[in-house]
Amino acid sequence: MKSDDSAPPRPEDGGDLSSRRRFLGYLLAAPTLVVAAEIGAPGRAEAAIPSLPQPAELYDSMDLFRDAALPTANLITIQINRDGTASFALPRAEVGQGITTSTAMLIAEELDLPVDRVHVGLADARPELLFNQLTGGSVSTVTTYTPIRVAAAIARQRLLRAAAIELGDGVSNLVTKGGEVVSTVTGRALSYGELATKAAGVVLEQVSVTLKPRSQFTVIGTPQSRVDALDAVTGRKAFAMDLQVPGAKPTMVCRPPTINGTVRGVRNTAEVRAMPGITDVVVIPTGVAVRGQTFGQCIDAVRALKVDWGPGPVDGASDETVLRELRRAELPLAVPAVPLLAQTVDGDFTSHFASPAALEPLCAVADVRSDRAEIWAPLKVPIVAQKAIAEALGVPQSAVTVHVTQAGGSFGRKLFPDAAVEAALVSKAVGKPVKLMWHRVDECRAGRAHPMSTTRVRATVLAGQVLTFELRHTSVTTDFGQGLGEVLTAMAMKLPVGNYGFAQGAFLLTQKVPYHFGVVTQLLNEVEIGFNTGSMRQVYSPDVCCARELMVDELAARMGKDAYRFRREFLKDDRSRAVLDKVARAGNWGRTMAPGTAQGIAFHAEFKGYSAALVEIDCRPRTTGRKVPDAVTGPRVTKVVFAVDVGLPVNPRGLEAQMMGGIMDGIALALTSSLHLKDGHFLEGSWDNYFYTRQWNVPPELEIHIMPATTDQPGGAGEFAVGPAKAAVACAYGRATGTMPTSFPINHGTLSFEPKPTVPPIPQSPIDGLDHAL
Amino acid sequence: MPRHTFILNGTRMSVEAEDDVRLLWVLRDLLGFTGPKYGCGINVCKACTCHINGKAFNPCSVPISAIRPDDEITTIEGLAASVGRDLHPMQEAWLDNDVAQCGYCQPGQIMAAVAKVRQARAEGREIRDADLDEIRNICRCGTYNRIRQAIKAGAARM
Ligand code: FES
Ligand code: FES
Repeated sequence: MKSDDSAPPRPEDGGDLSSRRRFLGYLLAAPTLVVAAEIGAPGRAEAAIPSLPQPAELYDSMDLFRDAALPTANLITIQINRDGTASFALPRAEVGQGITTSTAMLIAEELDLPVDRVHVGLADARPELLFNQLTGGSVSTVTTYTPIRVAAAIARQRLLRAAAIELGDGVSNLVTKGGEVVSTVTGRALSYGELATKAAGVVLEQVSVTLKPRSQFTVIGTPQSRVDALDAVTGRKAFAMDLQVPGAKPTMVCRPPTINGTVRGVRNTAEVRAMPGITDVVVIPTGVAVRGQTFGQCIDAVRALKVDWGPGPVDGASDETVLRELRRAELPLAVPAVPLLAQTVDGDFTSHFASPAALEPLCAVADVRSDRAEIWAPLKVPIVAQKAIAEALGVPQSAVTVHVTQAGGSFGRKLFPDAAVEAALVSKAVGKPVKLMWHRVDECRAGRAHPMSTTRVRATVLAGQVLTFELRHTSVTTDFGQGLGEVLTAMAMKLPVGNYGFAQGAFLLTQKVPYHFGVVTQLLNEVEIGFNTGSMRQVYSPDVCCARELMVDELAARMGKDAYRFRREFLKDDRSRAVLDKVARAGNWGRTMAPGTAQGIAFHAEFKGYSAALVEIDCRPRTTGRKVPDAVTGPRVTKVVFAVDVGLPVNPRGLEAQMMGGIMDGIALALTSSLHLKDGHFLEGSWDNYFYTRQWNVPPELEIHIMPATTDQPGGAGEFAVGPAKAAVACAYGRATGTMPTSFPINHGTLSFEPKPTVPPIPQSPIDGLDHAL
Repeated sequence: MPRHTFILNGTRMSVEAEDDVRLLWVLRDLLGFTGPKYGCGINVCKACTCHINGKAFNPCSVPISAIRPDDEITTIEGLAASVGRDLHPMQEAWLDNDVAQCGYCQPGQIMAAVAKVRQARAEGREIRDADLDEIRNICRCGTYNRIRQAIKAGAARM
């Protein structure tokens, strides 16, 4: 059955074509109003496919994910409740990036309902959604922006029609505002709650709507605070570890002393099982699991276990051996023919292993019975988790229910269901529910590392022009997590990168040289060396952008040009120049700085957006010599001015928070945070070894400029700031010290801590906490 | 099993636990107070920060046997009530500045902030940037600058 839009058409917005377009959706048969959205294939994937070498410019990873999500995007539904609120189960993960808040805003906008009356929960794993239940690559808002608004617009249309009947008024006399339908003639009003049942569908019905034009937005583009802010500050926000699932007792795993080592045997199972509080001890593929009354007693038990460990696949590996393998695998730089007089400029940069290190370590609750399993965990790709758990347990996928919990940060880590699979296996083995948590040390040592890489650049210059710019990125293989890999593989036919395979595809789709540098080539080469790796926030960009921008500084210097003016001159378009100009002006680029201090500037384009960072750094001895116990100080970034243009910013306040976080990551990756690999294991064990940015490293001055909307579509934002922030810090450091840094983070060469033992694998908790009360 | 008693968020509590179980697990696993978070278990991340008799401390590094019957423990759940309000001024400042991202570190951050302001006041002065530089609580989402702003705003209302 098909019906026409009986709601008054939205006043047209002059330049906004999408507002005239009609979108199809469904009214579902349900007790209260429930709508679903569907949009037709946009035909974009069939558009002209750009040729190498710069595919990211025309078809980047944003398009890829949006197109991959299209076939099933129609399955999302919004419900209007009898209390006048709207509910929506978002098929995405909330990891702190604010997607539940921006989603509530989209619904509020189209429905004319206050944001706080929109409830956005996280959907369980829904296999039928295929690629549309994946959080990664900063694409959530890009893929859901239209479908969610279409569903909300259909709901509004139904509410208007139901109100017209109730009020005996024509739809054209009615307006929606603040969660009510109001008659402009009689002034009578009905709340959405009163209409929820009356507007409900009786049979499945297809309907069409137009969307509110951008000129009428009152919510999208305005700063909104997080919808879960109150829960966060009162301690009520519940993470997997906070769930009270009956019988799910604390569980931890004793892990091998080297990466991916194996269990040969356990010598004291009975003794450990008899320890206070301990209920079970079982061997699983990744180690020996213990279950007990408290996590404290699990820590005791893990430490007491006497395990014979088999070797891991990389027992002899260290930073040096990995770097040697990378060097061997490096692809040649092959400069195209250039005039004899051209000058060649070379750069060679190394980025060390890093840890995504979310503050919430992996945790999963599992209740596995003979015929079914129920799992609660923070998962960015719950469908893949469901499949992996079903395989591990030997049950059909339909027997596994996966609930997605709020995540305490991810940075790429929660793409992997590592803890969920372990929890399921332990629960099955002991026949009881478990709440399995990774110790912090497990995250550092057995978790997923951002791969070590080298980035080599060769450019040729002549007569004030850059003739060629070649970049070769050689990296330990990035495990994308099955979800991302599957999207890329399934979309391979549509990829403009030919036969390169999906890692090369991901590389070429996200990396672009944003300058007019003549003949540009960029290639990725990967080395598989048996590590647990993952795609940490912004994947290749932190390392590639940093290397590129340092080279840009070098090229400018060779030509005797100012680093800002040089970039400005070679950037390709106005949106690029606008963000660069913004930071240069707001940050007072070129001001006189004291010796030992300097400014740095960097630019980056990705995720259909543009960003620039201006940084000031203090490398004077009195700053680098500061002493903080169990920490590193080093140079201090004293000021950051950042500008970002994401197209259409949905929630500028949330976007600003994302940028701030990315800037802190960039500072850490440039100066302090890395993993050291030695004898087959990482030396870092906890926050006193892994030096993420801390208050004493934080720039006292920080300005973030969100550029006004430049398009009608939001771009990605979650990861944007890391690369340009790291690059600007590196450029500033080079200028302050007079030496271009080539190895990151700059303090990697000095081990600033005493490594914790590997056997037992985790440290005992101290007992002197009261002596440090402040 | 030994029985321990202390005052938790204004209420006398009694709990059975082995002497060496750290207070964090007594609070979280046995009593169900999950506001204090685990981030390291070795007193370096400060996600578990609570108050004992008004001072900030880290229960992951204190055995339950070290807690005396008259000790007053305050977790984030009891912070507002400890000043007789629905929200502590520091929590309000956190909301005004929309500090949280994932929120995992924030209970600990707020508890540390309140103690830091009290500490400065006890020394007869207001909180300074140098005090903020000393705060050890990790925020992996990098909300540090908003934390600094919120502490100053919260202090002004404390
Ligand atoms: S868990 Fe207590 S300080 Fe980290
Ligand atoms: S808000 Fe996520 S760790 Fe601080």
